[in-house]
Amino acid sequence: MTELAFYGIDAIHLKQRDELLPGRLVVIEGTDGVGRSTQITLLRPWLESSGYAVVDTEMTRSVLAGAGLKQAKEGHTLGPITLNLYYATDFVDRFESQILPALRAGFIVLTDRYIYSLMARAIVRGADPRWIRSIYGLALKPDAVFYLKVGLDDLIPRVLQRGGFDYWESGMDMRLGADLFESFVNYQTLLLEQFELMTREYGFQVIDAGLPVDQLSDQLKQRILPLLPHG
Amino acid sequence: METYGSHSFPGRLFVVEGVDGSGKSTQIALLRQWLISEGYTVFFSEWNSSPLVKKTTSKGKKKQLLTPTTFSLIHATDFADRTEHDIIAPLKAGAIVLADRYIYTAFARDVARNVDRQWVRELYQFAVKPTVAFYYRVPLEVSLSRILTGRNELKYYESGMDLGLSSDPYESFKLFQERIVSEYEKMIDEFGLTVMDATLPIPEQQRRMRKIIRPYLQGVRRMRGPAKETAWAGLAREMRPSLTDAQGRSA
Repeated sequence: MTELAFYGIDAIHLKQRDELLPGRLVVIEGTDGVGRSTQITLLRPWLESSGYAVVDTEMTRSVLAGAGLKQAKEGHTLGPITLNLYYATDFVDRFESQILPALRAGFIVLTDRYIYSLMARAIVRGADPRWIRSIYGLALKPDAVFYLKVGLDDLIPRVLQRGGFDYWESGMDMRLGADLFESFVNYQTLLLEQFELMTREYGFQVIDAGLPVDQLSDQLKQRILPLLPHG
Repeated sequence: METYGSHSFPGRLFVVEGVDGSGKSTQIALLRQWLISEGYTVFFSEWNSSPLVKKTTSKGKKKQLLTPTTFSLIHATDFADRTEHDIIAPLKAGAIVLADRYIYTAFARDVARNVDRQWVRELYQFAVKPTVAFYYRVPLEVSLSRILTGRNELKYYESGMDLGLSSDPYESFKLFQERIVSEYEKMIDEFGLTVMDATLPIPEQQRRMRKIIRPYLQGVRRMRGPAKETAWAGLAREMRPSLTDAQGRSA
């Protein structure tokens, strides 16, 4: 059962409706290129073969705002506050139309990032921390947050191997350096600092992202197992 | 990030608020013409006009994908784009910015949809506090008759059908508007809205509006001197074209 607990105002009025959420909400967090989606790809069949129904969700996949957000990011007029709120719209649409119904139906919801990445990115882009926290305060506290932690030195070769530095993952909208690489280093350093700050505040379970894929997966499975219904 | 009340710009921001059919758009159009004739640089910004968000909003409305919370968020996103482009930049440049509907529209509508009052206020913390926010107050019978005359269709969200107040769109619209008015009334003190009597003749309303605004224009840079006519001389002429579209329009 996912508890009806929130970081801020329960703006969707879940408590008022006495919602029952027999599912589980499991979050995989971490910065860009750290291997989150690989892990989710491994967790899903493992859970399913144990008889659990699984739903996975990730950013910019909302029916409402996904396409519009992607299109807005391709232009050159998207300001930081608008970007943050577009992501918030995308998140809340997924929260209300994918995550909540799945939790109501008893699914295991695996989410590739949650409000933490969104808040970290917003704060790095100059958003008032109180403001962005109050918006995402409507989100449910997950049953577990696994933070795949990586140092910048280990992150760089991963990102290179995966095809190089991406405009947004390098924070090039803020031009934090003379070129893509320098901006990437500065942007990711700021993001990792935010994750570090949030680790204690939000009780992340930290997992070393430098582990080989199968070992990392084993660690996640070990920690997820006791959270499962009849686990 | 600057938050509500903390911005400081050389320009001025005047906004009009009120229910559909209160005549606020007519008033701000008249004000705009006057300010331009007085030689000011005027920038006009309308509710729901961001090119980045337009498609998403209309998709949400057409397919009825919007919950009260995502309805609130998509409008906040739209407003953020306007704030970043149409409001902050011109205000920094020393222009007079006029806004037809502002954050108070969102507060009234969203809370009428049962969105948490405090949450939606936090959501709009990035907004610039207006120099003056006018609230055009009108009895519901008057605004309803202005809006509903000649309209044969009310849209789903416009009439608040998503709230399930009534299965009849007209009845639902009335109930929804009632809730909106009650939210506006509560905001008068909370945000120091300047209440205007929207039942007065249009030129009289305009005279009052200009009188209130005049002191705030001191020190605002003009592109050129005022046009030769005295302030009110052009009023009758200015009004003619706007009167024709003053009714039956909604945001």
